[in-house]
Amino acid sequence: MPISPKLGPEAAAANMADIAPRYTPQEAIIEANRCLFCFDAPCIQACPMGIDIPSFIKKILTGNLTGSARTILTANILGGSCARVCPTEVLCEGACVVLDREKDPVKIGRLQRYVVDYAQENRLQVLKAPSGKSGKRIAVIGGGPSGLGCAAELAQLGHQVVVFEKKPNAGGLNTYGIAYYKMKPEVSLAEVELVKSLGVEFRCGVEVGKDVSIKQIEKDFDAIFLGLGLGKGGRLNLPGEDVPEVVEALDFIEQIHTHPLHDVAVGDRVAVIGGGNTAIDAVTQALRLGAHEAVIVYRRTREEMPAYEFEQQLARTYGVKFLFNVVPTEILSNSKGHVTGLKLARTSSANGKVQILPGTEFIEPFDMVIKAIGEQKQVELFKKLFPALEIHPRGVVRRNPDTGQTNLPNVFSGGDCANGGREVVNAVAEGKKAARGIHAFLSGGKTSGPVQPSRYGVQGAPVGSGFDKPIRVLELEKEYARQRK
Amino acid sequence: MADLSVNLAGIKSPNPFWLASGPPSNSARQANRAFEAGWGGIVWKTISNDAIVNTSSRYASLNLGTLRMAGLNNIELTTDRSPETNFREIAEIKRRWPDRAMVVSLMVDTRECWHEFVKRAIDAGADGIECNFGCPHGMCERGMGAAVGQQPAVTEKIVTWVMEVATIPVIVKLTPNITDITYAARAARQGGANAISLINTIKSITQVNLDCLVPEPNVGGLSTHGGYCGPAVKPIALHMVQCCAADPEVGLPISGIGGIANWRDAAEFIALGATSVQVCTAIMHYGFRIVEDMIDGLSGYLDAKGFKNLAGLRGKAVPMVQKWESLDLNYKRIARINYDKCIGCNLCYIACEDGAHQSIDLVPPNGQGLGPGRVPGKPIPKIREEDCVGCNLCAIVCPVESCVTMVSIPTGKPKLTWKEYQEKLARGEIKPIPAHP
Ligand SMILES: Cc1cc2nc3c(=O)[nH]c(=O)nc-3n(C[C@H](O)[C@H](O)[C@H](O)COP(=O)(O)O)c2cc1C
Ligand code: SF4
Repeated sequence: MPISPKLGPEAAAANMADIAPRYTPQEAIIEANRCLFCFDAPCIQACPMGIDIPSFIKKILTGNLTGSARTILTANILGGSCARVCPTEVLCEGACVVLDREKDPVKIGRLQRYVVDYAQENRLQVLKAPSGKSGKRIAVIGGGPSGLGCAAELAQLGHQVVVFEKKPNAGGLNTYGIAYYKMKPEVSLAEVELVKSLGVEFRCGVEVGKDVSIKQIEKDFDAIFLGLGLGKGGRLNLPGEDVPEVVEALDFIEQIHTHPLHDVAVGDRVAVIGGGNTAIDAVTQALRLGAHEAVIVYRRTREEMPAYEFEQQLARTYGVKFLFNVVPTEILSNSKGHVTGLKLARTSSANGKVQILPGTEFIEPFDMVIKAIGEQKQVELFKKLFPALEIHPRGVVRRNPDTGQTNLPNVFSGGDCANGGREVVNAVAEGKKAARGIHAFLSGGKTSGPVQPSRYGVQGAPVGSGFDKPIRVLELEKEYARQRK
Repeated sequence: MADLSVNLAGIKSPNPFWLASGPPSNSARQANRAFEAGWGGIVWKTISNDAIVNTSSRYASLNLGTLRMAGLNNIELTTDRSPETNFREIAEIKRRWPDRAMVVSLMVDTRECWHEFVKRAIDAGADGIECNFGCPHGMCERGMGAAVGQQPAVTEKIVTWVMEVATIPVIVKLTPNITDITYAARAARQGGANAISLINTIKSITQVNLDCLVPEPNVGGLSTHGGYCGPAVKPIALHMVQCCAADPEVGLPISGIGGIANWRDAAEFIALGATSVQVCTAIMHYGFRIVEDMIDGLSGYLDAKGFKNLAGLRGKAVPMVQKWESLDLNYKRIARINYDKCIGCNLCYIACEDGAHQSIDLVPPNGQGLGPGRVPGKPIPKIREEDCVGCNLCAIVCPVESCVTMVSIPTGKPKLTWKEYQEKLARGEIKPIPAHP
């Protein structure tokens, strides 16, 4: 049986509604009041953008929402989407010390969303590009989070920026690839508008290397930022993989973002192969769109699953089933070419190595299979665009992490194509760092962020914070445990 | 169970908790509900001989964070119900609740009027009279309320009028809108009053509406100075109660008022010399039910402390407040941080650095144990004990209970008060204490 949409418009919309809806003004005040207003707060250090979190929260309390939005957006142009998609549990909120670091932190993400939504809705002009221009032109290739972070910062430094985006809309994964119940594509598109309002030009539907050559770009621009993200989803290389009901997770999610929800086809019994956060996004959305049953098929143990604990928990409370230490060995279809199930085998994954246990094969019926096994690196594309570009053996662009500069002096890079795939917020941070690198390269000028009131006078570092040297709460927990011993 | 009953200059009640004169004590209906809830007494909403008209829009509030009504301000006058209605209801309530204290608050102008109203209160069965010389708004423009309380001579005069006919105890309610409240209290004593109650409300403007630039409460585009009360005024009230309790020239029993919201507040007033306590704002906020914990908590506290009755507690803290010149200049305390509790908010650091005496450093944690929230490797606050002046600020700002504590340090030096210091200096027995660097 071919798969089909399962829910009507209302049911689909209800199931896909925000999991963390916007605070009402009163809720925001109550939550903001919980903030201790720490000096040199740990949350600032745990935020890869180094947003002055206590400051923006304090401003909510004084009714200065314009100023609050400015505090957020000057540090993080994508403050609105990060507020929704950041794994705050391991970033700012994970570092929050109110009561204790593990207990009921201030809901920083939701407060941030409240402020940015307010600014967005009331069309507050909180950021401004300087009127004096440098005369320098920069091409940003790839309009995803890193490209936007780079473009916005460059525009605010007085440079002229053009963003080249292959898809019809910029925003990258924020527009096409986030679980719908976390963020709607409109949020991302509004952020693209915000970047546009700083004077950045967007050329969407333009594929660099095809519609415009690198040669041309190098002629027209003084520097280039590469924020290409990752490529297509990986292949399982299994028999029966190339049938319509076997889809890549990001394609499935993109459909959700580009079609009315009630037009998105899902199976009755859906298998999602993979154990990362994208697998979780795919499996919960399949369930929310009306799948009867949705199962994560992961080849290692539960403990080894890379998805965040809170994401796994979310899936569990939503009724997702898990098959651990199981791999697919074949995708089964009927004579008409429709998926009927998976042939699976049990594995052992002791000391990290996955081994199929012989004689354990079994069959599970499914009518849809979603692959969430990571995206491919784009080595070919890099080679094609810049034959001399130095590539890391991991398949990513090699660049100076502080400046984004590659071995080609006028080419800078950041985001997933350089870090191999991290959070949206890391991509924005790298884009912003690269913008400062480009600024230094073009004008010899160094930039630093505005003085942060919550860190004013911190010895040796009046500005900076998590943007310069983020702490990771996951790593922190380990270190913490070690020191306690 | 400790005995909570009180006797204020002959006015008896089963517990010290009375309704203060105000909106909660305005009618028989409310008095019934209050006594059912357990209140020990009531000071009826002030009755006056003026025909009272109130404005619409009467209260404004100071909200702090999520705490509403940290302070309340009002521009209400005395009761706007007729004296007949009030006295009839007072009589009804006293008949129905004979064991509770019924005090009638009065504010009239001429001697004849005072005589008439005092008699009417006695006829209604009141246990006592409270002379309202404290209302700071409206009535004072007509020569009553705080206009009386601010002039000790006038206070004394009017009290003598009252005492001419009073056969029941008379309490004088004092206004805090005066430089030294003991002058007013002494005047009440001179006039023959049996007790004092304090404080009435404090003149105030709580907030300006920044959209229309009219302060609240907004009455058709204008506002007026109102009377301030609620939790925010408690420290001022405590100070004034202690002053009156400590002044031998006052020497009158006290009914304490001002910001009392629970048994702890009440116990503090009693420890500073109050016999009964009165509550208004807290009832306006939460209703009469709050008395349940007041009674429960206070008796539990007395039991725990081994006091058989309130007399055991009353006034115990009064002698602990002395002039500054009697404090020991050689006493030393310093702040200590309990690193097992420290969450790393650095509020102590920035408070001392920017707001106090620059005696805390942020230093590498070097092997120092870690508190529940702290980030490994992040600098920790460390008190430079030799520089700490023991001001308490860091302990006050620390959000974690008993994380920063103030500890007494033996200095080995004998007690030295300012007075003794000056004397010894003059006699050349001592070198001047060096100025702070
Ligand atoms: C709205 C309002 C009306 C009041 N009316 C009177 C009054 O008629 N007579 C009086 O003696 N005190 C009056 N007061 C003062 C209270 O009795 C009391 O002295 C003051 O509010 C401080 O106590 P609290 O902090 O418990 O409210 C009034 C207070 C408020 C808030
Ligand atoms: S008690 Fe005062 S001087 Fe001493 S460390 Fe604390 S804030 Fe600083």
